[in-house]
Amino acid sequence: MIQALFVLFAALAVGAAINVVVQKHVLYSALSLIVLLVAMSGLFILLEADFLAVINIIVYAGAIMVLFVFVIMLLNLPEDEDGTDRLRWLKFVGIPMGLFLLFMVLATLWQTGADNAATTQMPGTPQAIGQALFTDYLLPFEVTSLLILIALMGAVVFAKREL
Amino acid sequence: MIPLNWFLILSAVLFLIGVLGFFIKRNIIALLLSVEIMLNAVNLTFVAFSSRIHQISGQIFVFFVLVVAAAEAAVGLALIIAMFRNRETLNVDRSNLLKW
Repeated sequence: MIQALFVLFAALAVGAAINVVVQKHVLYSALSLIVLLVAMSGLFILLEADFLAVINIIVYAGAIMVLFVFVIMLLNLPEDEDGTDRLRWLKFVGIPMGLFLLFMVLATLWQTGADNAATTQMPGTPQAIGQALFTDYLLPFEVTSLLILIALMGAVVFAKREL
Repeated sequence: MIPLNWFLILSAVLFLIGVLGFFIKRNIIALLLSVEIMLNAVNLTFVAFSSRIHQISGQIFVFFVLVVAAAEAAVGLALIIAMFRNRETLNVDRSNLLKW
């Protein structure tokens, strides 16, 4: 049953990721990425990381992707122009090499021991995450707020008229 | 119980799709979306290991990755708007002023 759910979410994730890459218009790519995020949240729930699953939907699909879709619609883009000359040979070189890399990684990962560990002792509840975040990881958490502040100022500066 | 390497293989496949998209797409927003795919693949690895070795740290790192992704999207999209305003295109091959 759990394996069937994993296969379902994994197929959804891989299909959505492929759709992001092959889609010609960026808006469809962005919408497909939202499907990928939902599948990713399902996988997080299978791994008993409940809080991250919810946060993934709220922050990623709800905030970041809305920003993307907003900018795409604001700019009123033309169709994707992928067919330029340098791409012709790049595809013939790049895709076989990418598949080769994929094969090597899969061969290595397949050999790693399939450990069947017991049930999780520490599920990712908000309590467990909050306790770790505000004790052991307090300094990185505070630095994060500084990062957000700098990103905010940078966005304002870049979006100004005279750049 | 799902074996750990199923998650690792799924994560590797997603990461490689992201890398492939980063190399074959020319629209700069599509490049940012490919980067998001790669970040999600890495998140999946973090959570899988965190759940398997019973350490909460992996999930905390996913939290930080989310924050960095949000900051990256904000700054990146502001840059994209500035680029579109100056050049009227989003094709990365067209912005070749610093290329030889």
